[in-house]
Amino acid sequence: MPPWRGKVITKVVAECGALRGSGSEKLMFRRALQRGLRPGLSFRRLGTRRGGSTLDWDGKVAEIRKKIQSALPGDTWDPLYDTSHLPPEHADVVVVGGGVIGLSVAYWLKKLEKKRDAIRVLVVERDSTYSKASTVLSVGGIRQQFSLPENIQLSLFSANFLRNINEYLGVVDAPPVDLQFNPSGYLLLASDKDAAVLENNVKVQRQEGAKVCLMSPEHLRTKFPWINTEGVALASYGMEGEGWFDPWSLLQAFRLKLQSMGVLFSQGEVTRFVTSSTSMETSSGEQVNLKRIYEVHVKMDNSLEYQPVECAIVINAAGAWSGQVAELAGIGMGPPGTLQGIKLPVEPRKRYVYVWHCPQGPGLETPLVADVSRVYFRREGLGCNYLGGRSPTEEEEPDPTNLEVDHDFFQDKVWPHLATRVPAFNNLKVQSAWAGFYDYNTFDQNGVVGPHPLVVNMYFATGFSGHGLQHAPAVGRAVAEMVLEGHFQTIDMSPFLFSRFYLEEKFQERNIF
Amino acid sequence: MAAPRAFQRLVASELCKNSRGLQGLSGVVAPESNQKKKRTLLQFLSDYFYDMEALREYLLRRQILKVQRKNRSFLALKEHYGPYVTGAYFVLKLGGAVKFQGQEWMRPSKHGWISPSIGNLHSVPVEAVDVSGCVINYEGLDHILLLKELRSLSLQRCPHVDDWCLARLYPLAGSLQELSLAGCPRVSERGLACLHHLQNLRRLDISDLPAVSHPSLTHILLEEMLPHCEVVGAGWAQDLQPGDTPSPVQSSLQSTAHSS
Repeated sequence: MPPWRGKVITKVVAECGALRGSGSEKLMFRRALQRGLRPGLSFRRLGTRRGGSTLDWDGKVAEIRKKIQSALPGDTWDPLYDTSHLPPEHADVVVVGGGVIGLSVAYWLKKLEKKRDAIRVLVVERDSTYSKASTVLSVGGIRQQFSLPENIQLSLFSANFLRNINEYLGVVDAPPVDLQFNPSGYLLLASDKDAAVLENNVKVQRQEGAKVCLMSPEHLRTKFPWINTEGVALASYGMEGEGWFDPWSLLQAFRLKLQSMGVLFSQGEVTRFVTSSTSMETSSGEQVNLKRIYEVHVKMDNSLEYQPVECAIVINAAGAWSGQVAELAGIGMGPPGTLQGIKLPVEPRKRYVYVWHCPQGPGLETPLVADVSRVYFRREGLGCNYLGGRSPTEEEEPDPTNLEVDHDFFQDKVWPHLATRVPAFNNLKVQSAWAGFYDYNTFDQNGVVGPHPLVVNMYFATGFSGHGLQHAPAVGRAVAEMVLEGHFQTIDMSPFLFSRFYLEEKFQERNIF
Repeated sequence: MAAPRAFQRLVASELCKNSRGLQGLSGVVAPESNQKKKRTLLQFLSDYFYDMEALREYLLRRQILKVQRKNRSFLALKEHYGPYVTGAYFVLKLGGAVKFQGQEWMRPSKHGWISPSIGNLHSVPVEAVDVSGCVINYEGLDHILLLKELRSLSLQRCPHVDDWCLARLYPLAGSLQELSLAGCPRVSERGLACLHHLQNLRRLDISDLPAVSHPSLTHILLEEMLPHCEVVGAGWAQDLQPGDTPSPVQSSLQSTAHSS
C-alpha cells in the first residue's frame, strides 16, 4: 500500500473528531474518505506491495474504516442497536436443541425441500460449548443388534450414512470428514435364561439385513482367549456396520454442512411458546382443543433480552431436557388420564463412563463387549486404554441434577463384573471418568418421533435412552419426511408416535444397556 | 449459468488441481496444511457467487457419481457365468488384473477391451486379484467377495479403500493368504484391527499408510493379533541402523556389570 494513502487516512481520522456533528463538511469528509479508501485511485493494483511490509496495512485500514463507520450516523434501514446476536424474527422451522438429532433434522429438512432455499430453518442451542450435551459425552457406539425391526432399520441406514459421510456432508473446499470409525463390532453375551431371547433377536436382525452371527462359548474362547466364558450360554457378534466413532467430529461435520446450506444458528434458551387454539368436535361430540405454536421466545444468555421468533413448526430435539420444553407448550397440563394430561415421559438419567489402563488387557481385535451383568467396555486407541461402564438398576439411579462422577460406583458395581468376565482386568488403573445424560424414556426406553396429537405443530425427536446418536441420521430423515410430506416414507416409524403413551402400548426395546 | 463445455473442462481441471474436498485425500492425513491454503480464483468466486458455488458442488457430485458408476453391480451375471467369471469381469472392467488357477495373469488391453475367452473359465476359481490404483470402493467389493477361493488380494494405492472396506473382508477368511494394503490413503489402524478374522493370512503388507498414526506400534499389535502371519512394512526394527549405539540405560547396566 503506498505510503501517501496512510497519510490521507490519518488526516481524515484526525478531522473526524472535529467534523462530527457538522452538516455540509461531513459530506465532503465522507467523499474524501471514500476517495482515500477506494482502490481504484491507487496507482498500484490490489495485492502488490512494495517490499515485504509487515505493518499489516490492510488490517489497519479495515479497523479504521470500521471505527469511522460506527461513529457516523447510520443509514435509514439500520436498527437502533446491534441485533446480530439475536435470532431472526421469522423462521419456518425452529429446532429446539443443537445436538446431533436436532442438526440431523435440520440437515434432512434442507436436503429434502422441494425448491432451493424454500425453508428457513433456525437451530436454537442453549449451550454452544456443548458441555452437558449427550452427543459429545457419548461413548459413540453404533450397532444393529436391537430387538425391534424398526430400530434395526434405523441403525442400518445410519451406518450407511456414516459410511458415505463425505457424499452426504461433504463441503467444497473443506477437508474430508473423518469420523475415526472403528468397525470392530459389538459382542453381546447372554446367560442361560436370556439365550432364547438373544437367538430370536439375532434371527430378526438377520432378516432385516444386519450381519450378525451367533457364537457358542467354545467358539468365543478360541476367538477371544482373554474372555472367561463362565455363565455365558450364547453370544452374538456383529461383523459389519457396527463399532464406535467420534461423535464430536460428526457434530462438527453437521454444523459445517448446515452452515453451507444456509441454516441459521442461534445461541439462546427457549423460554416460552405462544400458542393459538382452535376448538374442534370429535365424532362422539367431545370438545378437543388443538393448539398451534406461532411464536417462540428465545432468551439470550445472562440477560433478560429475548427475541420472539415467529414460526410455523417447532421440532423438540432437546435431548434430556425435552420434557421441560414440552411442558412449556402445555403438554401434560391437563387432568390426568386424558390426552391433555399425558406428559412427555422423557427425563435425564445420569450415566458414568470410566477410562482405565490395563497393560495385559485384550488385544486390538476387541469388540465392544456387553456382558450379562449389563457391564460394557471397549478399547480406546492403541495404548491399552479401555473405557466402559454399567447401567445402574432403578434403585441405584444417581442424581441427575449435576454431572459429578461417583468413583465408588466403579469400585463396587463395575470392576467386580469386569474382572469376572476378563481376568486380565484384575489389574487395572482408572485414568479418568466422566458422566453424561441419557434422554431416558421412562415409559418404554424407545424414541418418541412425530407430531403431538394436540399441539399440532410440535414434532418430537427425542427419548432414545442411550441410542440416539446411532439413530440420528435416520431419525432426522423420518422427521423431515413427516414435516414435508405428512407421513413416514422410507422407514415406518408409526410405532414411535406420541399417541402410544395415551393408548398405553409399550414399544419396548429390550437390548438397552 | 450456461457455461460452454470448454470452460467447464477448464474449470474442472482447475478444480482437480486446487480443491481440497474429496479429491484432496491428503487432507485426511495432514489437516493442518489445509488451514494455510492460498485462495485460488475459483475459491474466491465461489465465496461471492451462488452460481459458482452451485457449479463446484455439481462438479464434485459428478466425481462421486463417476466412481459409483465404475463400481456398479454386475451381480446379474452371476446366474449365467458363475461367481468367478463375474468377479473377474468386474476386476478387468475396473482396470485391474486377475489370475485364474492354472492360468497366467489377465489384464484388459490398453483401450479396456476384455477377451471373451474369459467366459470359458466359469468353473475355474480365481486365485489372485490385483486392483492396485483402481477406484474400487465398498460396493465394488461385493464382486471380490464372490471369489471364495481367493488366495492373494492386492489393494495397493486404492484411493477409496477405507476402514469400512477392510471390515468387509471376513468372508475370504477361509482362503486368503496374502493381502497388500500399501499406500492406501484412507486405511487406518482401526480398519487393520478388523483383519483378525483372516486367520489364514500369511503375508500382510502395511507399508506407507499415511492415515495410521503409530505405524510401528500398529505393526507390533498386528503381529500379536495374527500370530501366523508375516507383517511387512512398518517394522519397528527398520528405523534402527546396523551398528547403532545402545541406549544409555543399557550401556550403564553393561558398565556396572563389567565393573562389579
